[in-house]
Amino acid sequence: MVDFLFYIFATLTLGSAAMVVLSRNPVNAAMFLIVSMVGVASLFVLLSAFFLAVLQVLVYAGAVVVLFLFVVMLLDEEDKRRVSPGKLNSVASVVALVLLLLGAFSIVISPDLVVPGMAEPRTLGTTEAVGANPSEYGYHLFTTYMLPFQVAGFLLLVAMIGVILVSRKYRDDSEVPARS
Amino acid sequence: MNIGIMDFLATSALLFAIGFFGILVRRNTLVVYMCLELMLNAVTIALVAFSRYNGTMDGNVFVFFIITVAAAEVAVGLAIIVALFRRRHTIQLPQLNLLKH
Repeated sequence: MVDFLFYIFATLTLGSAAMVVLSRNPVNAAMFLIVSMVGVASLFVLLSAFFLAVLQVLVYAGAVVVLFLFVVMLLDEEDKRRVSPGKLNSVASVVALVLLLLGAFSIVISPDLVVPGMAEPRTLGTTEAVGANPSEYGYHLFTTYMLPFQVAGFLLLVAMIGVILVSRKYRDDSEVPARS
Repeated sequence: MNIGIMDFLATSALLFAIGFFGILVRRNTLVVYMCLELMLNAVTIALVAFSRYNGTMDGNVFVFFIITVAAAEVAVGLAIIVALFRRRHTIQLPQLNLLKH
């Protein structure tokens, strides 16, 4: 059953990710991005990281994609000057994609891949699902990862200030931001 | 339950490759940003899978930080795109070639 669910969710994630790349309209791309994020969240559920799954749906599907849609509507470019990718660029992209896939799969299917601390191949039944417990996150965030946690807080503050500064009103075609 | 860590890693690699391809081939800055998000998500799948199969917590906490940074990055990036559109009236990458000439 879990195998079946894994294949469904993986197909959902990868298929809608491909549609993000392929769809012409940015709004459609954002919608497929939501589907892809929800697919990733369901993969998290299969890995019994329930807290991260909720966080993924809240932050990505709830905030990030809404922000994307808002900016798409705001800019409203309507593909007046549709630019198709150049021939050389398309070929280069496909070559890069194939190389990346080959490299990734040569690592994944190599028999001597050893994950650190993992002597024998483990299954989901043999290891404890520590990520299922949300209090574990709190414990680790406030003990082992105290400093990164503080840095993340400052990062959010700096990002907020940066966004306010960047999106201040500009005078018509002038370099300097208008004084308020 | 036959799904092993390799299946999750393969999904992660595929998702990363799709995002990478999108970044190279798309011309709209917004869609390039979406593909960037796809690549970040691919990394989070790999981290959560490692964490789950090892029975440790570190990968999960790392994903927590990745989600935080991604949210901040999207906010700043989209603000930059809006500012760019105000000045250049386009967000198509081939037309943003001021440094090239």
